[in-house]
Amino acid sequence: MKTITLNASVTASNERDADALRARMRACGTLLVNVMSSPGAGKTTLLSRLIRDLDGIRIAVMEADIESDVDAKRIEALGASSIQVHTSGMCHMDAGMTAAAFDELQQTLPCSQAIQLPSAQNLPCSQGRGTALKGGGGVKGGGWVRPDFDLIFLENVGNLICPAEYDTGAGLNLMLLSVPEGDDKPLKYPLMFQKSDALIVTKTDTLRYFNFDLSKCEARARALNPNLKIFPVSAKNGEGMDKLETWLKQQMDEFR
Amino acid sequence: MHEMGIVLHLAKTLDETAEENKLSSIGKVVLQIGEVSGIMTDLFTDAWDYFKVRHPILKDSTLELETLPAVTWCDSCKSKYETVKYGRECPYCHSGETWLIQGDECVIKEIEAE
Repeated sequence: MKTITLNASVTASNERDADALRARMRACGTLLVNVMSSPGAGKTTLLSRLIRDLDGIRIAVMEADIESDVDAKRIEALGASSIQVHTSGMCHMDAGMTAAAFDELQQTLPCSQAIQLPSAQNLPCSQGRGTALKGGGGVKGGGWVRPDFDLIFLENVGNLICPAEYDTGAGLNLMLLSVPEGDDKPLKYPLMFQKSDALIVTKTDTLRYFNFDLSKCEARARALNPNLKIFPVSAKNGEGMDKLETWLKQQMDEFR
Repeated sequence: MHEMGIVLHLAKTLDETAEENKLSSIGKVVLQIGEVSGIMTDLFTDAWDYFKVRHPILKDSTLELETLPAVTWCDSCKSKYETVKYGRECPYCHSGETWLIQGDECVIKEIEAE
């Protein structure tokens, strides 16, 4: 029996997987955005709005839930690609699970959902990403290619605690806080606010019905994370969406 | 749920260590858990006991947990204080410009193996 000194994080293997996935995403020019919040904060509604607004950007959504596929169906109804991930009871997504979901998204989508590109020049990655699934023969105007995406949202399990502790390999971490949840959440769930690049305050159309103090919430969140971007939005009436969308597009450009 | 997830990550990291060092059996695992890591040590031990009998390399292992005290640093008066006792506000100068410097870890300190 020998003693081996490790001094390694328990999640060291996850951190390695996350870095590998980030490198892979960067190589294919796809920004992976990890979206975290408590259940019911409006993740799916916000993503539905973004899919409608960000016309021309190829978006896919990975829906992580413990059960059911209601969210994935909502996303598919909008014409975006989606994949449902069941976490088998786990309260968060980790990098290995995210990489597996990405593989699935790339490989098993039916041809009807694949994006048709007229010529190889339009492939956004010079290494010939977008391998042909079917030869050009039977399909008018060129071959069907495996879908490539500009932006993939990972809709994490609704939970303000555990998802903050696991690096999913995303290039950007967003958290949502809805007005009805209250402006004190930064005090209760500090890690989530520290790990996020942006805080999206959702359901601002309900501000007049709740005692939610936006400036207090912002001050509390910035005390934890001075670099945090904050976007108050209503996905229902569109208020504030333009600023969020402009920023997301900038992030996509910077990631490439 | 949360503790079981951590156990699964721990096992994966241990599997990789075993492969690198050509180990066939792990006898003892010493973990350092920060006071404010959010890990419930009794639930963690239960999750470990449930898992290890199903994972051959760990089936005869014992788990030893060491607690790392939580310490906060005050940027304003350059002092350290006990996080759990005083929280975010510095007890000396009452500044809120404070940062946790130790106590949120979950670290594998060492293992005994062959």
